[in-house]
Amino acid sequence: MQIIKTFISRAMIYGSVLLFCLFSMMPFIWMVVTIFKEDKELYRGKGNPLLYSLPPTLEHLKQLFQETNFLVFAKNSLIVGIVVVLITLIIAIPAGYSLARLTGRWGEKAGIGIFLVYLVPPTLLFIPLFRMVVALGLNNSIWSLIVVYPTMSIPFSTWLLMGFFKAIPRDLEEAAMVDGYSRLVSFIKVIMPLSLSGIIAVVVFTFTLTLHEFIYALTFISSSAQRTLSVGVPTELILGDVFFWQSLMAAAVLVAFPVGFVYNLFLDQLVAGFTMGAVKG
Amino acid sequence: MTLQKTGVVKSTQNKGFRGLSDNEGALGSLFLLPAIIYIVALVAVPFFIAIAFSFSDVTVGNTSLNYVGLENFARVIKTPQFKRALINSIGFTFVTQVIVIVLANILAVILSQDFRGKWIARMLIILPWATPISLGTIGWLWLLDSKFSPFDWFLVKWGLLGPDTILGPGTHMIFLGREWLAMASVVTIYVWRILPLSTVILLAGLTSINQDILDQAEVDGSKFFRTLFTIKLPLILPIMAVAVLFGIIFTFTDMTVVYILTRGGPIYYTQVLPVWAYFKGIDSGALADGAAIALFLFPVLLAVVILMLRTASRTEIN
Repeated sequence: MQIIKTFISRAMIYGSVLLFCLFSMMPFIWMVVTIFKEDKELYRGKGNPLLYSLPPTLEHLKQLFQETNFLVFAKNSLIVGIVVVLITLIIAIPAGYSLARLTGRWGEKAGIGIFLVYLVPPTLLFIPLFRMVVALGLNNSIWSLIVVYPTMSIPFSTWLLMGFFKAIPRDLEEAAMVDGYSRLVSFIKVIMPLSLSGIIAVVVFTFTLTLHEFIYALTFISSSAQRTLSVGVPTELILGDVFFWQSLMAAAVLVAFPVGFVYNLFLDQLVAGFTMGAVKG
Repeated sequence: MTLQKTGVVKSTQNKGFRGLSDNEGALGSLFLLPAIIYIVALVAVPFFIAIAFSFSDVTVGNTSLNYVGLENFARVIKTPQFKRALINSIGFTFVTQVIVIVLANILAVILSQDFRGKWIARMLIILPWATPISLGTIGWLWLLDSKFSPFDWFLVKWGLLGPDTILGPGTHMIFLGREWLAMASVVTIYVWRILPLSTVILLAGLTSINQDILDQAEVDGSKFFRTLFTIKLPLILPIMAVAVLFGIIFTFTDMTVVYILTRGGPIYYTQVLPVWAYFKGIDSGALADGAAIALFLFPVLLAVVILMLRTASRTEIN
């Protein structure tokens, strides 16, 4: 009896997990199948669309790299991502430490205030920011994104790091200060190394945020050579009404899978940040 | 506060005054200042510019700001597109959140069990959230294609689509070309996208429940579902609220899905406020109208933020 019960509950768990996975993976499965299909088969095939009647081809993958701006978009995304990560770290690390240790009681209120800024959506700000970007002469340049993206990454990163710094016992810095370090030096030498995992989470979070962002990238930049992946792939790989579906899907999968994998590794830290510290991930 | 102060007093007494690097107040402000400057310059300032724009006659070509009062709002409200966009924005968000919170609870309970391959399952399930939304949506656009959707093939094969069937007589569903199907498609993609986030938030809540309480319940003879509904779910209610509020924000303010999938079509049946604000404000250059439309997002956001703060303070007390 017990064995049957266990078997049924196992079967139910695996069955429902499979269903949910299928729902999540549905577009990705179709994307991956599409990449390797010949035009003939993709547009005129009669059989099961998930199977191949003609041998798979790498032709469209080659086209993506040789005939489109995919690598340019990737390069732009990489530059934007790295510079925004650096700006975010330089500003959010001290801010997070300040809120965790130095500002006392009003620090907590300021912390929540900064977190709330994260909830201000780009859709509310893209029109005035477009005007500001034009006034600064940054439109049509990835620098517009480099300047604006930290407004999205700094609030959440500051909040996340504040949590990490708070979790480190005060005694450690105080011991360092008794040993003759100033607070600044003890922060750099004692606290920062202990918060490395938080800092890495911020790097991952910020980098994926720059890869995800769509509205600002769409609004500020109209020349192909300055576009990033999130806007370049869906808007530029479509020429007029002609969709190059195989190359388009290849581009999407090549970006989505690595990002998804890395993101998953740091999920717990990000969730801890999202739940405002109510849950220790 | 006092503890912190005494710590510093001690160290300054021991080692003497070392200026800024040991001055708590000054150092604290200095550390915080760049973040505050950044946020004020590029969030607060544009926010007030958005309000100023919405009361002015500014366009892309004309940079002068003339006060026109509520004219933009009045003009925008009169159009049928506005009504539809407002209803859709609220409706899509509401329906999405209802579906997501039900599915996320089920999924989180499943994932809180121990089973083989859990790590892989979690990664596959999180992928829609981790993928750049524009690239995920382009996959859906192809999945729902009017001519080549694989759904069409399966529906025809299963005898559900085609001449003399329930969904026939055509052999294509044309998901994005029909009013209700297009709306359902948009909601499906939002569910697909937000479900992973809500699930992992709830999962974190479930795993943080004190094991002693659960052990006690088991000793008292409480069965799985009884424990779930009388102990676990009530305990994670505040965290569930956080998940819902994030879901609301990410659905209500998103423009990517509709922009890529339907561009608001067919006609303007799937139009939402952010996409319409983009078309008006940037594509047609009517910055003032665009700013006015986008500002209609604000009351809802404000309500969400207030609810969020309340939830946060409640969880702190617990």
